[in-house]
Amino acid sequence: MKTAVQTKTLTLVQAITDGLDTMLSESKEVILLGEDIGKNGGVFRATDGLQEKYGEDRVIDTPLSEAGFVGAAIGMAVNGFRPVVEIQFLGFIYPAYEQIMTHASRLRMRTLGHYTVPMVIRAPYGAGVRAPEIHCDSTESLFTHMPGMKVVCPSNAYDAKGLMIAAIEDPDPVLFLEPMRSYRSSRGEVPEGKYTVEIGKGKKLTEGDDVTVIAWGAMVPVAMKAAEDMKQKGINCEVLDLRTLYPIDKDLVIESVQKTGRTVIVHEAHATGGTGSDLISLINDEAFLYQKAPAERVTGYDTPVPYFGFEDHYLPTPKRVAAAIEKVMKF
Amino acid sequence: MEKDFPIFQVMDQNGNIVSEEHKNLVTEERVKKFYSEMVRIRTLDRKSISLQRQGRIGTYAPFEGQEASQVGTALALEGEDWMFPTYRDHGAAMVFGHSLRNILLFWNGRNEGCVPPDGKKIFPPAIPIATQIPHAAGAAFAEKQKGTKNAAICYFGDGATSEGDFHEGLNFASVFKSPVVYFCQNNQFAISVPISKQMNSATIAQKALAYDIPGVRIDGNDIFAVFAETEKALKRARNGEGPTLIEAMTWRYGSHTTADDASKYRDQGESALKRLETDPLLRLERWLKNEGLYDEAWVKEIEEQAAAEIDAAVQEMEKFPKADPAVIFDYVFEKPTWTIEKQKREYLELIGGEV
Ligand SMILES: Cc1ncc(C[n+]2csc(CCOP(=O)(O)OP(=O)(O)O)c2C)c(N)n1
Repeated sequence: MKTAVQTKTLTLVQAITDGLDTMLSESKEVILLGEDIGKNGGVFRATDGLQEKYGEDRVIDTPLSEAGFVGAAIGMAVNGFRPVVEIQFLGFIYPAYEQIMTHASRLRMRTLGHYTVPMVIRAPYGAGVRAPEIHCDSTESLFTHMPGMKVVCPSNAYDAKGLMIAAIEDPDPVLFLEPMRSYRSSRGEVPEGKYTVEIGKGKKLTEGDDVTVIAWGAMVPVAMKAAEDMKQKGINCEVLDLRTLYPIDKDLVIESVQKTGRTVIVHEAHATGGTGSDLISLINDEAFLYQKAPAERVTGYDTPVPYFGFEDHYLPTPKRVAAAIEKVMKF
Repeated sequence: MEKDFPIFQVMDQNGNIVSEEHKNLVTEERVKKFYSEMVRIRTLDRKSISLQRQGRIGTYAPFEGQEASQVGTALALEGEDWMFPTYRDHGAAMVFGHSLRNILLFWNGRNEGCVPPDGKKIFPPAIPIATQIPHAAGAAFAEKQKGTKNAAICYFGDGATSEGDFHEGLNFASVFKSPVVYFCQNNQFAISVPISKQMNSATIAQKALAYDIPGVRIDGNDIFAVFAETEKALKRARNGEGPTLIEAMTWRYGSHTTADDASKYRDQGESALKRLETDPLLRLERWLKNEGLYDEAWVKEIEEQAAAEIDAAVQEMEKFPKADPAVIFDYVFEKPTWTIEKQKREYLELIGGEV
């Protein structure tokens, strides 16, 4: 007889807490570090209650020093721990950029596998929550450009917990992007205990044979809304949640594009050098002759993420996505 | 180490002068000027919190409790000096002559908020911690290279001293003898992290030793101590003697920003007590009372003036034209690149002039 898996209904941020909790209880090697993650439970409450439960030695409030604690986490990772560091907002990761680019992502290669960095860097990202400037960056491509680091980005509670556990168990460094805008905007059923969502695998959210719409993180609900609006016009979109930005789920993307022949990519990051460009290269390499129209990108613009007084102009909207879908349909 | 860096005071919390040397500084005229400027910025601070609660501005960083540090430093500056504030130093910026409307626009998510009035050298508030510290070293060094007598002041919190930029900036300024005053408002918390967990050093002032520059620790709620030490450090800077690090011991009564809740990480009773004991405005009130100069009608008058001034600025902020999307495209480069031009054209076409 099969026992039903117990689930609970959680928001995305609660699912992250649950994932961290699961791994902290499973292994003493797992340790959390970051600014305000202890007593305060993180500015988004992602680590709420964990210091109380696991103590100040395992859930550590660090000094205000990203280069310091990311660098220290690299040292802990090479020496037997599985640190999970929190960057308060992705826009504040830049002081640690040197550590990530010159050490975390290449230590394995430099030492032919003698030293490895099984570390997770958690970072809330994205605009649309009326946060002050620089709190809203989605500069994920800075981290997919340097090989050696995996980059994941869940869009819902189930994936968030499963990917978090997979990231902590991953033998390589993982940048774990958390869409702030989706932290509390919906709830989902999340299994109790341990399960993983495989890094490197995306997910098909809707079946459709007219257009493939690819999104991740906070752009998934935007893509879904546009796809729904398109239905009334008789256009069936196949919406893919990429979930991992490095390495990209090639099979999922190519299979879908071969079926639909049309692609719209939606991302919040700037257009130039964005993951959308990588997806288009991939499609050109693997499915060029299947295409009925050039792929369209709906992205943040090539401007710094503006202050929140302008963010509605910057962020992709269902309207912009719909316009792109119509464009590839009419081509 | 702590005893090597005693806390300098001119006026104690009961309003008594404790530094003979600075007795001349404390005149009725000065006390009233300091007091009324502190009332102005406290009124702005309280109004901003209420605007945030009503959804009329975004997340806001309050500074109540730190008025003496901000007013005392700003009044010590000369008009041609540079100011490098953080997100919590708009009180200082206001006293130094920043536009009130623009300060409010900043908190309303508008770039106009970063634009100082003509002729005023005020940098946009630093959002990433400690990043302004090297900028100030550079801007001040440039003044020196140009042969002026202008200096810079750079504000930051206790948490900022943990970042690499703090050390890199101080080192640069020290090596190149930049005319800059590094002013740390040690409000004893970086969001929720108390100073005891931020550093193992007894003081921040002692960090100056590493760079062989003067480091002083002062009562940051004593506006005379703030004014006197800032003036002294500015004088050194103008004389070509290089940077100074000032650690001003102070306190923020409220939360880190309107988005957090201080009761989660500290005993609110402690803040309430500070309000009664060490408040920078109360201290001047006590001096005025001790001297028999306290005038209730005058206090009421400056409070009303401040409220009227701020209400007018709020109106200006709210009447300010709606965000024009062209702004985000037009200022990335002097001349927009083709990518930006294309994106702008397509977007404006799509929205047809409206959002
Ligand atoms: C590089 C960076 N990391 C994290 C943050 C988030 N953050 C904003 S304010 C703050 C605490 C700053 O404390 P302190 O320097 O003492 O200044 P205070 O806010 O007390 O004035 C933190 C961690 C940031 N703004 N920049």
